[in-house]
Amino acid sequence: MTSSTVLLALALGFSAGVLAGLFGVGGGILFVPALVGLGLGQVEAQATSLLAILPTVAAGAWNQRRYGNLRARTALVLGVLSVVGVELGARIATSLPEPLLRRLFALLLFGVAAQLVWRTLERGRRYPEAA
Amino acid sequence: MSEGRAQAAKLAGIAVVAGLFSALFGVGGGIVAVPLLILALGLPERVATATSLGAIVITALAGVLVYGLRGEVNVGYAALVGLPAVAGALVGSSLQQRVRGRTLAYAFAALLVAVGVWLLGA
Repeated sequence: MTSSTVLLALALGFSAGVLAGLFGVGGGILFVPALVGLGLGQVEAQATSLLAILPTVAAGAWNQRRYGNLRARTALVLGVLSVVGVELGARIATSLPEPLLRRLFALLLFGVAAQLVWRTLERGRRYPEAA
Repeated sequence: MSEGRAQAAKLAGIAVVAGLFSALFGVGGGIVAVPLLILALGLPERVATATSLGAIVITALAGVLVYGLRGEVNVGYAALVGLPAVAGALVGSSLQQRVRGRTLAYAFAALLVAVGVWLLGA
């Protein structure tokens, strides 16, 4: 890893965090392309993204718990049972050809973009003066 | 089926779908979990978002373990990208109170589309 790669990774991580916080999306959809841009393969980027989101997610969850929004028991059940899906998802991801997985990820980005536009339009309809 | 059991079954279904989505794409899975918690379980939006965030801590940990065993997790890159993101997220969520422009949201949507198009060609 060269020092310019390190700087680029730090800058991408920080920017992804700002955007995620600003728009209320998860960091993962930004970490994965950033890591691909840094030279990781699609599966490696996705696996690494899961570790990279942990500090932000843990800090966010901690805050939400203080605000009283987090239902701990529901979250625990949801998290523990999700492990079944995780195993399945990892099996599918590692069995797909990387270019196909990358294309599917691109479709996910288009989906999130569409959801964002829809959410913004909805908010504009509900609070027309706020825009 | 009793009301409680129906709710539990729905919660289990959401959990499996969210976990699958998370590992399949390397994301938290909130994109699918939050709307499902609101629509299927009737949780208020804030509660759904916060509860999903709590669940993701476990989901992502499981993903790290499952992929880690396959030797796919690059710890160095995860730290380089993930640690500054914590500071970034603090900045982002404090800005959110002030700048909630429609134009900004559309610009971000356009950025996501551009990244997607780039990935299609990568």
